[in-house]
Amino acid sequence: MSVKVRIPTPLRKLTNNEELVEVSANTIGEVFTELQTLYPGIQERLLDEKGEVRRFVNVYVNEEDIRFLQNQQTPLKAGDEISIIPAIAGG
Amino acid sequence: MIMEKHDGFMKALKCRECGREYPLAATHVCEFDFGPLEVAYDYDRIKKSLTRAAIESRPQTMWRYRELLPIAGAPTVGCQVGFTPLVKADRLAKRLGIRELWVKNDAVNYPTLSFKDRVVSVALSRSKELGFKTVACASTGNLANSVAANAAAAGLKSFVFIPSDLEQGKVINSLVYGANVISIKGHYDEVNRLCAEIAGKFGWAFVNVNMRPYYAEGSKSMGFEILEQLGWRIPQHTVVPMASGSLLTKIHKSYQEFVKIGLVRDAKYHVHGAQPTGCNPISAAQKAGLDFFKPVKPNTIAKSLAIGTPADGFYALKVMKETGASAEDVTDDEVREGIRLLAECEGIFAETAGGVTVGVAKKLIASGRIPANDSVVLCVTGNGLKTLDAVAGHVGRTRDIKPSLREFEALINSEAELAAAI
Repeated sequence: MSVKVRIPTPLRKLTNNEELVEVSANTIGEVFTELQTLYPGIQERLLDEKGEVRRFVNVYVNEEDIRFLQNQQTPLKAGDEISIIPAIAGG
Repeated sequence: MIMEKHDGFMKALKCRECGREYPLAATHVCEFDFGPLEVAYDYDRIKKSLTRAAIESRPQTMWRYRELLPIAGAPTVGCQVGFTPLVKADRLAKRLGIRELWVKNDAVNYPTLSFKDRVVSVALSRSKELGFKTVACASTGNLANSVAANAAAAGLKSFVFIPSDLEQGKVINSLVYGANVISIKGHYDEVNRLCAEIAGKFGWAFVNVNMRPYYAEGSKSMGFEILEQLGWRIPQHTVVPMASGSLLTKIHKSYQEFVKIGLVRDAKYHVHGAQPTGCNPISAAQKAGLDFFKPVKPNTIAKSLAIGTPADGFYALKVMKETGASAEDVTDDEVREGIRLLAECEGIFAETAGGVTVGVAKKLIASGRIPANDSVVLCVTGNGLKTLDAVAGHVGRTRDIKPSLREFEALINSEAELAAAI
């Protein structure tokens, strides 16, 4: 399943400044594994020691927060767009 | 004021999670763990410069605490902001059953009638120092108003992004200053997500994204003022409305900083958090004894607090735990009742967030979590004239008559309530 991942500014040093990368994955968890294969070191930026998404990282599938879906088990379909975004202050 | 080096009294940006340091640029996230960056200060130098005498000799604005605010030189935007009234609210105290009650009234903050003028004056002053010409924000309304107004006054271009269901008052209050207002079909969390992506693409100073470490520090001035206006002492209880949770953490930080540099005596205090029930991720977590929150989809009339994924939720929970404080939330009806109580007792018309704060204070006092013999400060952060839609139809009614004395007398005689007011 080919999906698109938007890479946030703080991580672009790891992706050779690529903003949008394509990976093949069936779940969000697999996206992290695939990203790690393509860009070694990226996974530990996103996941903590226990493998949980870090608490200041928000992940969205087609604009929906994965915490409203099935977190890392969230299933993906071809063409889905995934955004990784740092938590932002209020306003 | 002595300015020994280019960065003023700032030392670096520092990750709140892992402590890694970064240069004092327009950046907000640790590259390693996405933790928020915070300004680190040289407190030894600040202590020598920021004395009570020095503060009292300066103009009555938030900038009298300049050393503890994150800009390098003198402020250039929002020089008149802050030093809003701290009102001794005896009539409201009596109604709520508490010995000593104060209202910190940022409903009359300059120039856009909310506490956001504090954070924006810092963010825009710093943006100018860093050479930006265009400023932007994601906003539930008050921040948009403040960015629009202060950018206009400073000759900066501005883009403000708001959820499309915002109160009309807040929309007009942004448009009038000539800001580019972009209305997003979605709630604030969606606006925020989009803005994070826009900020990564456009080289603007996004006050609550890449300028956040500076921006957020502006909130401390509300706490500094409370301490000075109380006669250099810390109130036993402070009740703070929570959206992202940032203000609550910064009030706590302001109290700690004044203790650290010797301006007030250390004392036990509690910083309580207030949310609307229709968007209560932080208060729900606090009440359940959790140190993490679950995001929610907001549904509340308190739109300025409608952030379902609160960025500082973790830290707000930590502050409440450390200060032995509580969180509580109130329904839309209780929010309106809170607005009315404050208006009828103290002549202060707060926006919905103020109604949340009063409503929550009432609950905390009634349940003994704020003991009746203690002192409490309520942080009122915005003006009721901006959220008229929320209370229209709920705050009494006009009696309509012809210009005739006979009709007036007939009206008085027909209504006991009016007769009692004579």
